[in-house]
Amino acid sequence: MSPDLATWLAILAASAVCFGIKLVGHLVPEHWLAEPRVARTASLVTVALLAALVGVQTVTTGQHVTVDARLPALAVAAVALALRAPFVVVVVLAAATAAGLRALA
Amino acid sequence: MPASSARSREERAAVRQAVSVSVATGLYGISFGALAVAAGLDVPQTMALSLLMFSGGSQFAFIGVVGAGGAPMAAVATAGLLGARNGLYGVQVAPLLAAHGWRRPLAAHLTIDESTAVGTAQTTPGAIRAGFWWAGAGVFVLWNAFTLAGALLGDALGDPTRYGLDAAAAAAFLALLWPRLAGRLARATAAAALAVALALTPLVPAGVPVLAAAAVAVVVGWTARAGGAASGPHPAAA
Repeated sequence: MSPDLATWLAILAASAVCFGIKLVGHLVPEHWLAEPRVARTASLVTVALLAALVGVQTVTTGQHVTVDARLPALAVAAVALALRAPFVVVVVLAAATAAGLRALA
Repeated sequence: MPASSARSREERAAVRQAVSVSVATGLYGISFGALAVAAGLDVPQTMALSLLMFSGGSQFAFIGVVGAGGAPMAAVATAGLLGARNGLYGVQVAPLLAAHGWRRPLAAHLTIDESTAVGTAQTTPGAIRAGFWWAGAGVFVLWNAFTLAGALLGDALGDPTRYGLDAAAAAAFLALLWPRLAGRLARATAAAALAVALALTPLVPAGVPVLAAAAVAVVVGWTARAGGAASGPHPAAA
C-alpha cells in the first residue's frame, strides 16, 4: 500500500470514528452517560492528549528528545496565552520566534 | 434553522454571538491548513479533514501524529479519543435541539466545542437552537474556507521549519490546552501525561506515547474523587 493511500484511509477512518462518536451522543438515551465519572474522564483525556502533543511537538525529533528553537518559541506562546492573546497571534508569535532564532543560528 | 422574520431578542443575540465565535474560530483554520501541509498532507487531504472530521482538536492531533512519523492507526486512535468529548456534547444538546430526520446527523456533524458552548449558553429554546445552528454552520463554512487558504499558503511556503511552522504546531496544542487547565486535577493530569509521553518517546514507535498519556487520564478520571475537573465545552478548541 502506498503511503499516500494509507494516509487517505487513515483520514477517512478517523473522520468516520469522529462522526460516529458525535452521532452516538445524539442517539443514546441521556441517562446512559449521566455518571459524572464519564464526563470527568472524557475531559481529562482531552487534557492529557493535548499535553502529550505539546511535549512531543516541542522537544522530540523522531524517537529522540531534543531541545532546539521550538522550546523558546513555546515559552513565548505561553506568555502570549497568559496575556490572553488570540489563538492566531499565539501561533504566529511562536513561529516567528523559532524562525528568527534559526535565522540567527 | 428558524427562518422567521419575527425572531425574538434572545434569538438575535444568540445569532450575533454565534457569528463572532465563528469568525474567531474560522480564522485559526489558516494555521490548521498551513500546519497540515507542513506535516506532509496534500491540499485535498487537508480539506478532507476539515470537511469530514470537523473537530479542531482531533484534526490538529491527527496531523501531529502523522507529522511525527506515527503509524496511521495511531493517528486514527488519537483523533478519535480527542473527539470523545463531542459525544458527551451530543448527549447534552440533542434534547435541546429536538432535531429529527436528516437534521439529526447534520446536528451531530456540527456538534463541536463552539456550537455546544454558544447553544447551551442561551436561555430560551428558540435561542438555544439558533445559537447552536448558527455557530455550527458558521464555524463549518469559515473553518473550511480558512483551511483552504492556509493549505495553499503552506504549499507555497516550502520548507516548514524555516518559517517555524513546527513550533507553531506546538503552540497550537498549547493554545487548545490552556483554557482546560483550570483545576488541580486537570493540571496534575497534564503534567503526568507530558512526563509519560516524553519518557516513552525513545522506547516505543511514534504516536504510541501520546496514546499512553490518554491511558493516564482514564485512570485518573475513573479513580479520582468527584469535583475535580470542569467538563464543559471550551470555545477555544474547535
